[in-house]
Amino acid sequence: MVRCIVLLTSLAAGGCASLGGDDPRDPLEGWNRGVYRVNDKLDQYVGQPVAKGYRKVIPGEIRDRVRNFFGNIGDVFIGVNNFLQGKFADGFNDWVRVGFNTTVGILGIHDVATDMGYEKHDEDFGQTFGVWGAGSGPYLVLPVLGSSTVRDGIGKGVDFYTDPINQTRPWEAQWGLVTLRLIQTRADLLDASRILEEASLDKYVFQRDAYLQRRRSLIYDGHPPRQKDPEDEPDSKNDGKKAD
Amino acid sequence: MNPTARTTARRLTSFLVGLAALLCLGAARAQQEAPDVLVKNVTLEVVDIIVKDKDIKSGDRAKLIQVIDQKVLPHFNFGAMTALALGQNWNKATPEQKKRLTEEFRTLLVRTYASALAAYSEQKFDFRPLRAKPTDTDVTVQVRVLQPGAQPVPIDYAMEKTASGWKVYDVMVGGVSLVANYRTEFSNMIRESGIDGLIKNLTAKNRSLAAPEKK
Repeated sequence: MVRCIVLLTSLAAGGCASLGGDDPRDPLEGWNRGVYRVNDKLDQYVGQPVAKGYRKVIPGEIRDRVRNFFGNIGDVFIGVNNFLQGKFADGFNDWVRVGFNTTVGILGIHDVATDMGYEKHDEDFGQTFGVWGAGSGPYLVLPVLGSSTVRDGIGKGVDFYTDPINQTRPWEAQWGLVTLRLIQTRADLLDASRILEEASLDKYVFQRDAYLQRRRSLIYDGHPPRQKDPEDEPDSKNDGKKAD
Repeated sequence: MNPTARTTARRLTSFLVGLAALLCLGAARAQQEAPDVLVKNVTLEVVDIIVKDKDIKSGDRAKLIQVIDQKVLPHFNFGAMTALALGQNWNKATPEQKKRLTEEFRTLLVRTYASALAAYSEQKFDFRPLRAKPTDTDVTVQVRVLQPGAQPVPIDYAMEKTASGWKVYDVMVGGVSLVANYRTEFSNMIRESGIDGLIKNLTAKNRSLAAPEKK
């Protein structure tokens, strides 16, 4: 299966390698668009139908429990990443969440910590590398996983190796959990992907730019310094609105 | 799928809610109203409407768009949004082209907002206190959408004081500026087929969305 995807991916990418990117952030655009197209087809024929079926069959209440269960497992390394970034209070907050949610919240299926004032965070190794000063490198579309960059791709690799789910044995249980999480994730994204479809003229570009903006914001925890980009601003003040 | 992707999922779900909240900037409010008060009032008013209206709940998109037109649009400066999204190309457009671009961009955004608002499912809002001096004419109003089990999604409204009250000229959902996100798409399209090409593309996009829903 995996080999098949890789093969398809390379074929698709080879077919349009001539589409050289002219965006400095995306020098691999030809390759990326190929992978994107394969991902999109895979999603259209497998991901979306399964996610829609899941959402239809499983009540929202149960889906919340599933989301919380995986969210709780994720909090362990969200905490680790906060510590690695020097944000000790946040890291402590994350581990307190795990403590309460695993016990009072019954193995994480209830997010009691949020109600107690311990907010959930969003951290991963890609962000940690960014905080340590690593640039994002070129934009990269990964097979199946989608939008990434060279830095975030390496981060995802580390995320993967540290993910408790991937250490679950027997491996039938591991694959069961991985699959369930994948379906839950796709189901949560159904509305978002529909809107992306409607809002964008060129879905690839729209998604790429949103990803890059979002990751930048995350690395600065929502307070990125303003990016001056005077060339993009209209000159006449009475027509347009300044950005800064 | 790894934790990043999972949080991506929740974040994107909330992104919808974010867009939904953006919708909620409506109603003919007094011009003197402070920008943060305006955002709060309109958000709550529109959310109240969509939660209670049976037609909208059962998927009446036309009625939803009507609510947006009445309550939300008066508080947006679409001319400024379009100009920002076009960047330098804005200066190369003729007045007629500017008018068409603004109209089409507005239609696209309204449809997108309607779609986002339709996905609203009773999330709570956290309206942040405004950090600005009373003399400021350009402020950012911050709202957070709260969801159990997910990181809150920040929505920042960039607003400017005008003669007809405070107007939104950009919205950042989870750190993603809507205006900036259209900039590359627009400039690519203009480079390929000129400003008229972009207008044509936007028009075609809007027409395809106006067609009856297939699903």
